[in-house]
Amino acid sequence: MTIDTNAHLGHWPFRRHGFEDIGRFLDKLRAVKVDEAWVDSFEGVFHKDVAGANARLASECRDRGAGMLVPFGTVNPRLPDWADDLRRCREVHRMPGIRLYPNYHGYTLDDPDFARLLKLSAEAKLLVQLAVKMEDERTHHALMKVAMVELAPLAKLVAAIPGLKLQILNCPVSPTGEALVPLARSGNVSFDIAMQESVGMVARLADRIGVDRVLFGTHFPLFHAESSILKLKEAELKPDQEKAIRSGNARALLPK
Amino acid sequence: MIWDVHTHLHGVDGRTPEERMARLLKFADRMGVERVVLYMGFPFLTDPTTEQLREQNDQVLQAINHYHDRAFAFVYLSAKHPDASLRELDRCVKDGPMVGVKLWVARRCHEAEIDPIIRRATELKVPILQHTWAKAIGNLAGESHPSDLAALSRRHPKASFICGHTGGDWAIGIRAIRDCSNVVADIGGSDPTTGFVEMAVRELGAERIVYGSDAGGRSFASQIAKVQGADIPDAAKKQIFKDNLKRLLTPILAAKGVKP
Repeated sequence: MTIDTNAHLGHWPFRRHGFEDIGRFLDKLRAVKVDEAWVDSFEGVFHKDVAGANARLASECRDRGAGMLVPFGTVNPRLPDWADDLRRCREVHRMPGIRLYPNYHGYTLDDPDFARLLKLSAEAKLLVQLAVKMEDERTHHALMKVAMVELAPLAKLVAAIPGLKLQILNCPVSPTGEALVPLARSGNVSFDIAMQESVGMVARLADRIGVDRVLFGTHFPLFHAESSILKLKEAELKPDQEKAIRSGNARALLPK
Repeated sequence: MIWDVHTHLHGVDGRTPEERMARLLKFADRMGVERVVLYMGFPFLTDPTTEQLREQNDQVLQAINHYHDRAFAFVYLSAKHPDASLRELDRCVKDGPMVGVKLWVARRCHEAEIDPIIRRATELKVPILQHTWAKAIGNLAGESHPSDLAALSRRHPKASFICGHTGGDWAIGIRAIRDCSNVVADIGGSDPTTGFVEMAVRELGAERIVYGSDAGGRSFASQIAKVQGADIPDAAKKQIFKDNLKRLLTPILAAKGVKP
């Protein structure tokens, strides 16, 4: 059983990734033996009508997801009436979580609205996924350079919100993983492996922050889904550790 | 099986070059990487002195000493120090076991000061891997854009060049070297983005692409995925994973009497 906690549907504006068609998207997941994928829509990153993007995402997953796709709506606290988007994700679309893009949506993690969003998400028992980056900033389009999210304010914030479940996506770290330790210990905080680099990094990360905090994620289709699959092969993981990363930790966050 | 044109001791655990090499090869074994090309010591030095160049090359010689069946090495040179680089080239390639040249970010490669190094490398029949990036946030002062390498390759049509990282921003890098038939693209050291290898095959041809990882800073895994996950024929994958690098190294290996 493998659960991909970090996948996306739709068109990326800066290049063709080849899996814009949901049929091809699902075929690739099946080919790499991913059984379930938590997906958002690229529209949520770029569109102002986030409510429309979330509604399309929900129906796409329900009608064409072959039972494999779990929708994560986007909430942008810079938009008017964002709290109703959060409510709709939970009450209308029955989504188990939301995805946040602070750098693409133009706020920092010391913003009071962000703190309120985390608090409301915890009260609604929604898993919050926060993407640190989407692409290597060295390769950004000349007219759209987006700095990585600065995570420094987060540990203190997480510690002050009981019941918050938070996953950090696309977080590149130093080979020692040192900087993630305080955040990992601040509450129920997990990290995916899509942007974890250096040889054997997944095992090193698990040693550093605890294997229960590491989730399988691919960042597919911007990245090849094979990358994270092969990272598990490269890492020196014990069978129970690999099982936890592939699916056990994700299932603990979102029980069926 | 896979031949990897781009590996380092940096980013791998171990106190000595030998320890790091053993560890690197353990991961290589796990991923089906049969041969690695190693260059530069640790820590990384972007603008090494002549003494530091020699020390870095000595670390690599030490690292490969017990692994000649698994590891090739390229000599680390600097266009900031052409005379010392020529001495290192002779010491490590002509009179030593190394089989190629690595140039990094001390000086941009389109400048004329690099020409004696390229001429000598060509005489010795070794490929030259030049690091390139086209960074949206701006290159280092001495860092080569893939267009710099294209200009260099036109000045030296008989030399054999490898475009390190394919410029990082590969959609730029591939275009920059497209009309330079003596330049092949090293796909290592960037995110495992979909579409990279497909575009490279379309624009350059599979015969002008070589697999590289940039391990230990990168994983073998993410870089193998670029080829394994690409929508290209299996025959093209085989060329990229092994055959093309083997072809590039054949002249120097033959000159040294080494059977690949």
